[in-house]
Amino acid sequence: MLSLVPVLGAFDPMSLVRALPGDVSQGLIWGIMSIGVYITYKILNFADLTVDGTMATGGAVAVMAILAGYPPVVAVALAFLAGMMAGFITGVLHTVFGIPDILAGILTQIALYSVNLNITGGRANQAVSVDQYNLIVSLRYISKTVIVTGIITIAIIAILYWFFGTEMGFTVRATGCNPNMSRAQGINISVAKVIALVFSNGLVGFAGGLLAQYQGNCDVNMGRGAIVIGLASVIIGEVLGEALFGNKLNFCGRLLFVVVGSIIYYVVINFVCLLGLPSIDLKLFSSIVVAVFLAVPYMKGKAKNSYRRAAKGGAR
Amino acid sequence: MLELVDIHKTFNLGTINEKKALNGVNLQLDEGDFVTVIGGNGAGKSTVLNAIAGVWPIDSGSILIDGINVTGLPEHKRASMLGRVFQDPMTGTTATMEIQENLALAARRGKRRGLSWGITKRERKEYHELLATLDLGLEDRMTSKVGLLSGGQRQALTLLMATLKKPKLLLLDEHTAALDPKTAAKVLALSDQIIEEHNLTAMMVTHNMRDAIVHGNRLIMMNEGKVILDIKGEEKKRLTVEDLLKKFEEVSGEEFANDKALLG
Repeated sequence: MLSLVPVLGAFDPMSLVRALPGDVSQGLIWGIMSIGVYITYKILNFADLTVDGTMATGGAVAVMAILAGYPPVVAVALAFLAGMMAGFITGVLHTVFGIPDILAGILTQIALYSVNLNITGGRANQAVSVDQYNLIVSLRYISKTVIVTGIITIAIIAILYWFFGTEMGFTVRATGCNPNMSRAQGINISVAKVIALVFSNGLVGFAGGLLAQYQGNCDVNMGRGAIVIGLASVIIGEVLGEALFGNKLNFCGRLLFVVVGSIIYYVVINFVCLLGLPSIDLKLFSSIVVAVFLAVPYMKGKAKNSYRRAAKGGAR
Repeated sequence: MLELVDIHKTFNLGTINEKKALNGVNLQLDEGDFVTVIGGNGAGKSTVLNAIAGVWPIDSGSILIDGINVTGLPEHKRASMLGRVFQDPMTGTTATMEIQENLALAARRGKRRGLSWGITKRERKEYHELLATLDLGLEDRMTSKVGLLSGGQRQALTLLMATLKKPKLLLLDEHTAALDPKTAAKVLALSDQIIEEHNLTAMMVTHNMRDAIVHGNRLIMMNEGKVILDIKGEEKKRLTVEDLLKKFEEVSGEEFANDKALLG
């Protein structure tokens, strides 16, 4: 505790406020990625680790497309397509070749590392300057970034709300919850899984394309730990959303809270950085946060339903 | 309506757990037949139903539903012809989806599922009336998640879903075994009612001999992966539990003890 005092003493609350717009824009971009994670993790019940690779793929594709002279809007569209392809590969590995979900994702993710380096011509990173190109988003123009990504996010949520209300969307939801019943109702669950993985990774690739423009470069490591950030956003958003709205929270609201979760995540990360947490410890901190959020509901349930408690009750 | 020709299925072939589950099953059902299926544990009752549904491919033999050979079709492609209710109430419905959404899923069995709405306004009205016939108050909870329902309510809903689009064959796999006696009786009565109303062809696996005798127009007994007894018409009406037990005793003395205990 003592060692914290000088750190806290140096802390200037205003710096947190000043960093807020940046946190929000970063949170919005990662929020789009987190919506992708929500589709697989929450709806399909599939822990998809492809996203760590897909994020960097989206960045690489977008930057190289811009450098090749394509408009930035086309570049993010290509990033979306590249992400869809990555999701398709994971889907095929899982449904056609029977590789367990987590492993299928890891295989694609590792393969993408090489693919990404090939896209960027063998270089670990490639810069794209906002001075030379008319980028969609950039940390140089934060308010524009917030508005643009905000509109994109709302559009994505609207499209997903529509999609998961369609017959095809129903098949994905049913498959995620009860594959046996889905087959008995004539649903090809392999197709449903691939559809979800394709859309999820498409969104992640898209977010990667935006992030690369935002930070002015793509990096082969820019997606490392993306799944953890995605899970953190999903879980923080869920906890907060349910605390505020309970059962009234509908699908739109849930997606919105995923993005809110992502923004909160970046505010918190920035806060602990300002408090003096070395940036090399950030991923350790993120993992702990996610582990705690995942563990709390389980431990709570266990506390209500434990052998120790049963033994006490029996002794009465 | 259903024709099973010499069906064989062995699980875990070549391992220490090898199990000959179906050993030459032959069966022919006419339209409107309601067959109850009894037999000891491991006799192959549920396995036959799973073979018909296409949960896995059979080793040899052929399965024809309404004259169509479905032996080579995977489970989801046979689904349009079949309605199924399972032993575990959790299996037949999707817990995280609304009651009306579950019905809408079932209404599209065997249809291409594209980008039109997963449930339409007209359907909501239809389902409201349909659910009212169950007399469980579910029509007022159409937007509730199915996970909130009790086991009996879920089985009743599964029955509705299985018969929403008239199936060529209804498969009931011990669908009341997990329910308390009162609820089980209700769900059984509902099954009878639906089967009669739509003149369905049905197979019902049960462990309860009295149920097997009372329900349906035909009864088959299975043992060691074969149909060993097939009773229909007048003969079935005269059948008593004692007759069945005697038959059981003949085929396996060991099973007899178990099933006598079951009868309480």
